[in-house]
Amino acid sequence: MPKNSEIKKVLVIGSGPIIIGQAAEFDYAGTQACRELKKEGIEVVLINSNPATIMTDKNMADKIYIEPLTVTTVKKVIEKEHPDSILPNLGGQTGLNLAMELAECGFLAEHNVRLLGTGTEGIKNAEDRQAFKDMMESINEPCISSKVVETVEDAIDFTNQIGLPVIIRPAYTLGGTGGGIAYTMEELEEIANSGIHMSRVGQILVEKCISGWKEIEYEVMRDSAGNCITICNMENIDPVGVHTGDSIVIAPSQTLADKEYQMLRTSAIKIISALKIEGGCNVQFALNPNSFEYAVIEVNPRVSRSSALASKATGYPIAKVATKIALGYTLDEIKNEVTGKTYACFEPVLDYVVVKIPKWPFKKFLTANRTLGTQMKATGEVMAIAPNLEAGLMKAIRSLEENMDSFIMPGLADLEKEEILEKLKDVDNDRIFVIAEAIRREISVEKIHEITTIDRFFIGCIYKIVRMENELIFNEMNSKMLLKAKKMGFTDKVISRLSGMSESEILKMREENGIVANFKMVDTCAAEFEARTPYYYSSYDEENEARQTDKRKIMVLGSGPIRIGQGIEFDYCSVHGVWALKKLGFETIIVNNNPETVSTDFDIADKLYFEPLTPEDVKNIVDTEKPEGAIVQFGGQTAIKLTKALSDMGVKIIGTSAENMDRAEDRKEFDEALNNCGILRPKGSTIYTVGEAKEVANALGYPVLVRPSYVLGGQGMAIAYDDNEIEEYINEINLVAQEHPILVDKYMLGKELEVDAICDGENVLIPGIMEHLERAGVHSGDSISVYPTQSVAEHHQAKIVEYTEKIAKELNIIGMLNIQFIISNDEVYIIEVNPRSSRTVPYISKVTNLPMIDIATRVMFGEKLRDMEYGTGVWKRSDYVCVKMPIFSFEKIKNADTSLGPEMKSTGEVLGVDREFHNAILKAFIASGANVSSHGAILITVRNKDKEEMLPIAQKFAAKGFQIYATSGTANFLASHGINSTAVEKIWEGKDSIIDLIQSGRINFVINTPTKGKESNRDGFKIRRTAVECKIPCFTSLDTVNALYTAIENEMKEEYLEVVNIVEI
Amino acid sequence: MIGYLVLENGEVFEGERFGATTVDTACEVVFNTGMAGYLETFTDPSYSGQGIVMTYPLIGNYGVIPEDFESENIWAKAVFIHELAEFDSNFRKEGNLNKFLREYKIPGLTNINTRKLTKILRESGTMKGFVTSDISNMTEIMKKIKDYEVGHVVRQVTTKQVMSYGKSNEKQIVLMDYGFKHNIVNSFLKRGVGVTVCPSNMPANKILQLKPDGILLSNGPGDPQTCREEIAVIKDLIKADLPIFGICLGHQLMALAHGFQSAKLKYGHRGPNHPVKDLATGKVQITSQNHGYYIVADSVNPEIAEVSHINLNDNTVEGIRYKNKNIATVQFHPEACPGPQDSSYLFEEFIEKL
Repeated sequence: MPKNSEIKKVLVIGSGPIIIGQAAEFDYAGTQACRELKKEGIEVVLINSNPATIMTDKNMADKIYIEPLTVTTVKKVIEKEHPDSILPNLGGQTGLNLAMELAECGFLAEHNVRLLGTGTEGIKNAEDRQAFKDMMESINEPCISSKVVETVEDAIDFTNQIGLPVIIRPAYTLGGTGGGIAYTMEELEEIANSGIHMSRVGQILVEKCISGWKEIEYEVMRDSAGNCITICNMENIDPVGVHTGDSIVIAPSQTLADKEYQMLRTSAIKIISALKIEGGCNVQFALNPNSFEYAVIEVNPRVSRSSALASKATGYPIAKVATKIALGYTLDEIKNEVTGKTYACFEPVLDYVVVKIPKWPFKKFLTANRTLGTQMKATGEVMAIAPNLEAGLMKAIRSLEENMDSFIMPGLADLEKEEILEKLKDVDNDRIFVIAEAIRREISVEKIHEITTIDRFFIGCIYKIVRMENELIFNEMNSKMLLKAKKMGFTDKVISRLSGMSESEILKMREENGIVANFKMVDTCAAEFEARTPYYYSSYDEENEARQTDKRKIMVLGSGPIRIGQGIEFDYCSVHGVWALKKLGFETIIVNNNPETVSTDFDIADKLYFEPLTPEDVKNIVDTEKPEGAIVQFGGQTAIKLTKALSDMGVKIIGTSAENMDRAEDRKEFDEALNNCGILRPKGSTIYTVGEAKEVANALGYPVLVRPSYVLGGQGMAIAYDDNEIEEYINEINLVAQEHPILVDKYMLGKELEVDAICDGENVLIPGIMEHLERAGVHSGDSISVYPTQSVAEHHQAKIVEYTEKIAKELNIIGMLNIQFIISNDEVYIIEVNPRSSRTVPYISKVTNLPMIDIATRVMFGEKLRDMEYGTGVWKRSDYVCVKMPIFSFEKIKNADTSLGPEMKSTGEVLGVDREFHNAILKAFIASGANVSSHGAILITVRNKDKEEMLPIAQKFAAKGFQIYATSGTANFLASHGINSTAVEKIWEGKDSIIDLIQSGRINFVINTPTKGKESNRDGFKIRRTAVECKIPCFTSLDTVNALYTAIENEMKEEYLEVVNIVEI
Repeated sequence: MIGYLVLENGEVFEGERFGATTVDTACEVVFNTGMAGYLETFTDPSYSGQGIVMTYPLIGNYGVIPEDFESENIWAKAVFIHELAEFDSNFRKEGNLNKFLREYKIPGLTNINTRKLTKILRESGTMKGFVTSDISNMTEIMKKIKDYEVGHVVRQVTTKQVMSYGKSNEKQIVLMDYGFKHNIVNSFLKRGVGVTVCPSNMPANKILQLKPDGILLSNGPGDPQTCREEIAVIKDLIKADLPIFGICLGHQLMALAHGFQSAKLKYGHRGPNHPVKDLATGKVQITSQNHGYYIVADSVNPEIAEVSHINLNDNTVEGIRYKNKNIATVQFHPEACPGPQDSSYLFEEFIEKL
């Protein structure tokens, strides 16, 4: 069936901010969809609240609305744009839920908008727990015995029937939010209660726990004619019980014989046929490891995280093909772009192994519970491709950037064997390393299998790695052994550490024996057909398949896995860098290891190397490609960290030189640079030890800011108020060996501002100045940021521009830079300069219409700003106000402290755009999911020193008619200033405590300013966690509360807000 | 122990020997792209005379599971793989691949750059080769390669006597055994149809004396044009006007019996992922395939028969329906094993006609 020619204008719904459970994979999917729609000559209208995405780019869609993803706003966009169709299955659960709500209420029918792809009934049958179970029963596909309930009592009744343990899965949530395994009735009550709360429809599934079974996924496609194919299957190393998003996943399955493989494949196809899926779909199975018994766990009737992984693992462009299917094409009409000869209607076969390892944020949240279960906790993931599983695991481990490059985890060697045996029981992010240590202690594969229930095959694989370690330690090195180690994925650095040979000796031995990395093509067909995809992975098998041209080549280093502090913003920059280079006529090479991103689509750069971003892995590519230069400015700190290594390899760093980058990071040199320019910065010093830190802190006077050098997202950064805290924080930083000194600075209270700029060595172009609503001390990534500035004096703005120009030229910046300023006591200070693109670049580029990365790239190749059409200095101030608001995923990570500070904690962001500041901020709050009603109740509990400052806020809210609850101290203080409030007892004071109040759902939000310290057993911590778990906003900065007041002050209703097409601003 | 695969173009691949490490042999080198199903593949009689390159880089990962065998023997002459699994795991596993190949005296080579080898076969077409531990006398090896012919192997793999499966009160079909896979028989048995397996050259009158309700022409190895006697038998069977279903070689022989022509594919179709379009419905199914020859579309006389299925990758003939007769044949393997079960309904269609 060819394309439905009635489809002319399509609304694509994005997935909103990056949160745990819904990350960059939907930018990849949405971007592929938009490109495909445009190729088909269809007008694309896009709505997504996430400004960091590539899909919200002007060359991706015709109309772009960076607006809240709510039914009200989407309706407004539909009423304004009159699309004839809506594409719902590429925007994750968020997009799908919205489309379903619009369909269910009759709005789509009323406005003649057709839902493309799978019909509403199919989606409902897949998503609604009971409907799904009924359908599975009707086609004889086994589910796990389970029951949908809406009350805790029913959950208990049913559990009494089937017995503990049980798994709780809330309906219509992402990443299993609010779910968990209950081993006791108490746990059941707790999890059931929160699950019902989290579900959009107040439903949970109580299900027999089958932990220990194998977890297998199939990625399936079906078209309107009923043709079905499976793209690939994947097997989790972690058996059922760990969320698949938190599991180490291997493609293809490793322990299934063809009988099991085909049994599940047939089942998957039967299921999507029954659901009448049109597009991509993911089916998860649990398979009894001791029989053919299996159960269907879940079906996602849409493109998912697994689709992105399957797509990158096989080379099969799932989102693109799903889009074509939605337009009416059948699989046999769609060409396989990889071979250019065959059709999309085939099943990829691999001749390599793919490994995915999740990236967890536990380094950020030291108090967090690291146990892995049914609630996903990872923020992102890395993927590795290798000819064998061992090398795949080794590559993935070093891609994680967790200071690990092998299976040897520091600290484990110090534990007793008994402790290791005990630790094997922990299902957490360290598990595979503990297994390796167990093998080193001669604990048998069988015993490890018994404890972990991980398949012997996978334990055997780790066993082989440990045996290789031992060979390297105890045997005399020879070329055969070296080749074996290289084939298993050991880097020279690891081999050197184990064998005692120097890295240069190893390299020499390798070169003498021809042991070099070669690159193989990902071709979807195991070499059966000639392929033309320039998508490569390294192998130590002979024959290099990377095709060489005589074009000038530039390499762009990507940003690795999505983590807090380094999100898709940097993928946006990398992708735009590649596009800019292409325009300049270069052959582009991208190196990255994140399967969720647009940059790892094989048709973005001329060549894609899916490899770890470490010096050795990058060197292999450099040796093959011999690029003219490399750009490190776009890939965040991951790429920046490679600057020196690249320089040492003789690769020219395009733009700001390695030396000058160092000058921005090295405290001494940076101070000198600032001095040369006559720019002030907060006083401070560099230290190595706790003793030195205390000395410096006392000289400066508390509070002081401590932080390691060369990090992103303020990792390890904290404000210390006394000697004890200095000790706590410095020790925390020193848990990881520091290559560079730690910085201790005077903490200054003031307004923070931020500038992204481009410098060509002579002039500077500044798109605009961004103002943070939270005062200094809250990480810029966690602050609400406003462009253009609303409350900054002209002369301060002029100073900021002047400083930017001065320091950019002083540091010889060529390309991007980002500067953080602080205004304190009427004086402008620079806090830091980052000689690279930043997380605000995508949004500021979009709202100012300045293609920053494009300009920066041109500048790096010698063009001058004054010769371009954009001029120099500050760009014209926008008529629109843009408010960038951070989004947190605290509810996903048990025991993570939610209070804001100098260390970044947000996972994503939304943007509110409007002509009026208060409307823009209102939109941002709506998009963040906060309660913006202008009546209700609030709970205030602040530390003593904030009480004065809190007073006017309480007054404002009281005047609006809000009922105010406060802890006794706060309540008394309010009363003494004539504000009525209801006093609530503190946690230990009685049963009608604060916790109950928060859980009751009576309050709109909580204001809680944290007392000092990072400990987790304080009252404030419990209050904040309770709020998060009840999905009630908890503001820890009074500035944020003021911002909220600005948003609700006028009692503006969402339906009256103007939706803004940013293409036209 | 170092071993070599010498190709007829003189190229040498070095690897490590496993299985029967002292057996040297010539073979026709073909590649299979299945990621699972090595046991079914190695025991498939259609691979008689061939050396199989497995493109998936780890083989032996779930050990040896006798119930997955497609025949009683390993018919391939040699196996070439990238890595032999050291740790295998499966609840049905009874042994390991290395030992299994050794028992059946089949040489294997591991640590072979299978991707490079596959690309050579793809570019130059299927080649003959020789497995050995000693390449000092290349002239002799090249001569052995040159002299090697897969030949008429059907007669080697077919049953020597008539064998019956299933209950006597059931409908019965005769399976002409050109090297049948067990799952073809199982596909009938589990649908309540008995199967009588007959030698490939058993005369038609004797077959008809068994009073079958239908006839299945099985898969099998080698060049269909070498099967003159088998074709003659088929010509006689056609006259009996019984429902006939042909699979793979059976499909090719039926076509030759009608005067159509066969030809050799450059490097064959061997894998679990071949898209086949049913021209009557327009639907595509993913099929399991294993063949080096095909029926030339232009040779199919439209007055006698029509092409019912085509391969979506290269448009070659994948199925033929014969006019005014109860005969249908397919080039692919509806019995799967290994591979997808999407086309198993073809057995039901055939059974309905009985």
